[in-house]
Amino acid sequence: MNTRALPLYATIAIFLIAYLLCWLQFPNILSTRVIGNLLTDNAYLGIVAVGMTLVILSGGIDLSVGSVIAFSGVFIAVMLRDTGLHPLVVFAILLAITTAFGAAMGFLIDRLAMPAFIVTLAGMFLARGAAYMLSIDSVPIQHPFFKTLQSAYYLMPGKGRLTLIGVLMILTVVAGMIIAHRTRFGLSVYALGGGEQTARLMGVRQGRTTMLVYGFSGLMAGLSGIVFSVYTGSGYSLATVGTELTAIAAVVIGGTLLSGGAGYMFGTLVGVLTMGLIQTYIVFDGSLSSWWTKIVIGILLLVFILLQKGLLKLSRTRLA
Amino acid sequence: MLLSIRSLTKTFPGTLALDGVDFDLRAGEVHALLGENGAGKSTLIKCLTGAYRRDGGTVALEGAQIDPRSTVEAQDLGIGTVYQEVNLLPNLTVAQNLMFGREPRRFGLIDARATRSEARAMLRQYGLDLDVDRDLGSYSVAIQQIIAIARAVALSGKVLILDEPTASLDAAEVQMVFDVVRGLRDRGLGIVFVSHFLDQVFDLTDRVTVLRNGRRITTLDTADLDRVQLIEHMLGRALEDAVGDAAADGAGSVRPELLSFQGFGRRGVIEPFDLSVGQGEVVGLAGLLGSGRTETAELMFGVRPAQTGKAHDANGQLDLSNPRAAIAQGFGFAPEDRKTDGIVPDLSIRENIILGLQAQRGWARPIPRAEQNRLADDYIRRLDIRTSGREKPIGELSGGNQQKAVLARWLAMNPRFLILDEPTRGIDVGAHAEILRLIRELTDAGMSVLVISSEIDELVAVADRVIVVRDRRHVAELKGTRLGGDEIMRAIADSGEVA
Repeated sequence: MNTRALPLYATIAIFLIAYLLCWLQFPNILSTRVIGNLLTDNAYLGIVAVGMTLVILSGGIDLSVGSVIAFSGVFIAVMLRDTGLHPLVVFAILLAITTAFGAAMGFLIDRLAMPAFIVTLAGMFLARGAAYMLSIDSVPIQHPFFKTLQSAYYLMPGKGRLTLIGVLMILTVVAGMIIAHRTRFGLSVYALGGGEQTARLMGVRQGRTTMLVYGFSGLMAGLSGIVFSVYTGSGYSLATVGTELTAIAAVVIGGTLLSGGAGYMFGTLVGVLTMGLIQTYIVFDGSLSSWWTKIVIGILLLVFILLQKGLLKLSRTRLA
Repeated sequence: MLLSIRSLTKTFPGTLALDGVDFDLRAGEVHALLGENGAGKSTLIKCLTGAYRRDGGTVALEGAQIDPRSTVEAQDLGIGTVYQEVNLLPNLTVAQNLMFGREPRRFGLIDARATRSEARAMLRQYGLDLDVDRDLGSYSVAIQQIIAIARAVALSGKVLILDEPTASLDAAEVQMVFDVVRGLRDRGLGIVFVSHFLDQVFDLTDRVTVLRNGRRITTLDTADLDRVQLIEHMLGRALEDAVGDAAADGAGSVRPELLSFQGFGRRGVIEPFDLSVGQGEVVGLAGLLGSGRTETAELMFGVRPAQTGKAHDANGQLDLSNPRAAIAQGFGFAPEDRKTDGIVPDLSIRENIILGLQAQRGWARPIPRAEQNRLADDYIRRLDIRTSGREKPIGELSGGNQQKAVLARWLAMNPRFLILDEPTRGIDVGAHAEILRLIRELTDAGMSVLVISSEIDELVAVADRVIVVRDRRHVAELKGTRLGGDEIMRAIADSGEVA
């Protein structure tokens, strides 16, 4: 068996055990209502984490996505308020902007051989600043099309709502799985994460791949911004501060190696749902402070980093 | 003629790396490319694989002129390369590595099943039946090397360049790789084989081309060649001069004691040992990797402080609790892994040489630049470090010259006791002999040296006395007439009765 799949199995096992423990205490947690809400509440995070997974697999990092989500929300709200454009047109413009923004960062990272950390950190400030330029205040979205989007859901048996944005997240993850595991581009991403020098010798076009990876992450951040604006019904430049870090946490808890080259897209979905489950448990309990979410996530992250170190050691000793 | 190179020339700033080299490769032969470090082997290969562009000369593959600009282009032309370090991705599966970039696709998506079955079929040609779904990294280096060969052949298929492919393999694994190479030769590929191991060259190759200082010296059939002749071609001088007869001199003569270690040891690292070192003496330390050789040196130098025992010189007890203290006592230590522990590759030769001396003086008293230049030039001349100037980054020198610069750093501090861990690792025969001669010169001037080496002949040649280490214990001490290759070998292999 491949040791690299172990973190994925561990993630799934932890999620199932956690769900079981929650269910023992609160049997209601295993209802379609809770599951539906779990998907809806974490839709924006799941989508942005798909982009982040690809970036981390390539050996990089994208710190700009939280700011890009906030920018997207403000951009949509302001455009809908000040112009007569249909939301779908605004969405298209927005996705083009965020994709180009990501690709531009990828271009700089490759051409200037700069650390992704620095380039995307600059991108983070840029995008947040651009959001402030558009509006400092929270801008409500009143367009009727948004009402339609918000109320679009499929009523599952047990009265759970499978919302449009929840479905969109699942579709994004499926698309991410196909891209990462079933295309030459995806394999090139793994190759870059495994070793740039070697990847180049094997024929990977590093510049193109890097641009595509960060462009994809920008696209996902824009899509996540759309979902977030539907979810909250407004655009606010102070929203989603630190979401990039939450997304990174979800990717790592999902079993992807932070140094790149190993991991699974599906694990990221489980990582997002695990974090959502903790939040849900705290809501059910009622007496716990919501900061407990952060503490549990911190512990989980630590466990996973240790697990990965341990596996790395294991595979080394097996080689020796 | 499959590949024919005429008057190939390549210059780098300050050096003529290749000077009108001719080289022919027939289909169906294994052709060894030999030479010391810096002779131009790697430059020649890089010109062939497109990593470098040549400055002059012609390269013809099957009669057609070629000028590859990248490794990928060279591959498409039919020239594939396998390097010393496996250049595949350990985080991908065997099948993904073999088929990378040309995976069979269905509806635009990779067809995993077809990828697997094609990979399996490829490996079967080499007599390998592997689980192609496992990560490449989970297989031994030998298997990875064969997979790298399989990939290179599948992508190129005319010329295969093997650049020290056996450096990290054991004997059985080497034979495994050689069987594969012989199979490819019989299929009509032209194979260029670069190696430092002369045994392997005699074992595998049909012809040998020797390069020296960027020129082709000769091309001969391997069958007509004897070892001494080959080494003479590589070095351009007779070997006897280089090494000298150190062991004979040292035998029996009594030297004043410089240092003595009593009961020196550390739990789990090395059992307590007694050792005395005479003035101007070369003490050798023999043993297998992991036997406690390097650990002995680390204890002496305070890298890992000793838990038991004491060290004395004529004036009393020595503090060797950390490297700084050891340096203050006039100790020096050139570690085994030159690349990570010895040199700072981006700094110049001058800066690398004065580093130790400056650290000893403290940063508040910088060595004047004129003094630095004098020191650097002096050692470059004395140790015959081959470089275009003292300001060249040390990372650009060949291995042997880097090692000499590391030595120069310690010599500049004028130590009384110098520890050299594998001083000749990864450097060619010529530089090898020069370093051994240098060690003799130093001890003739009164310095004491401890040499750790896995090459037994080297120890016999240079040391007055050899300590054999096994299983983290000093098990034998050989000197005088008992000091010989067979005796050391027996002591390493056998129980402590030899002592």
